[in-house]
Amino acid sequence: MTVLEILKAPDERLKQFSEEVEIFDDELQGFIDDLEETRQAGPGAVGIAAPQVGRLQRVIIVDVSNTKKPVPNHGYMVLINPEITEWNGFEMGREGCLSIPDYTGNVIRATDIKLKAQDRFGNPLEYEMEGFEARAIQHELDHLDGMLFIDRVVSRRTDLFQRKVYKKGASAKK
Amino acid sequence: MNNWKMLTLVGKDRPGIVARVTDALYQNGWNLGEASMLRLGGNFTIMLMVSGAGEVEPTLQPVAQELGLRLHVDPIEGDLHSHVVPNIQVRVVGADRAGIVAQVTGQLAEAGLNILELESDVAGSAETPIYIMGIHGYADVPVEDLQQAVSDLVDQGIDVTVSGIETLIG
Repeated sequence: MTVLEILKAPDERLKQFSEEVEIFDDELQGFIDDLEETRQAGPGAVGIAAPQVGRLQRVIIVDVSNTKKPVPNHGYMVLINPEITEWNGFEMGREGCLSIPDYTGNVIRATDIKLKAQDRFGNPLEYEMEGFEARAIQHELDHLDGMLFIDRVVSRRTDLFQRKVYKKGASAKK
Repeated sequence: MNNWKMLTLVGKDRPGIVARVTDALYQNGWNLGEASMLRLGGNFTIMLMVSGAGEVEPTLQPVAQELGLRLHVDPIEGDLHSHVVPNIQVRVVGADRAGIVAQVTGQLAEAGLNILELESDVAGSAETPIYIMGIHGYADVPVEDLQQAVSDLVDQGIDVTVSGIETLIG
């Protein structure tokens, strides 16, 4: 396996639309393994998309099972031709990107999504996801459409104040 | 190049301040770094890192004078590409009253929070002002410690929310 080179903005290839995967051959399997190795080589990346290494195909990997505070997740997922079929709710969250080092910003994403995709062999997959995992999917899916999170960053000053828990202050207090 | 200066420019807000200031800097060979530019209470405020050779005052003083801005220049240490990613977010909302900022930030500082960014506003009306503050910061201690640190203030009726930020890298 090989750690691939991550394209950095403003590389034009990051702005391209990626094509559907139609052939699920050995070459694809090898690429997926390389993509995963590249993700793990990056600094704490929970996801990666094929165009980030210059391959303009609809392949993403997401794994949010290793966050500091555990979040609901489906573990390690290779998603081919992923498509969000339903969105619900929205929430602000901070994002960064392997392709844009040393910058993070706030982005609004749907909190709940339904997702259709194929696995690495072309078998159909369906998921319902929430929160951080749903955010990761939306971030990676954007890459497939030539979008970067910096295209969606909103002013910190006009941040929306979304509180999920309507409890004042110290939740430690019982 | 590590010859950074921090410019502070403050004056009554009007259209064109950013364009005029940055054009003067550009025409005279200055590079821009990180910046914060905000309208505060009808004033326009600029904090701006610039790097270049020599003194920047001769370039900017005429522009500042023309636009009614006060200029202040500090040589600074530091550089680009040294961001700290915040892992703590604090929100304070409430009826405006003296001492909120000092009390909240005092407790948080003691508990180990380093503030990276703070913005605050007074919303509402002159009769019933509402104080709103947002802080992004970094702490090595668990978020619960910070929540505990402000819990007395919460009991006193100040609406403080401390939450962790998990930054998604993808």
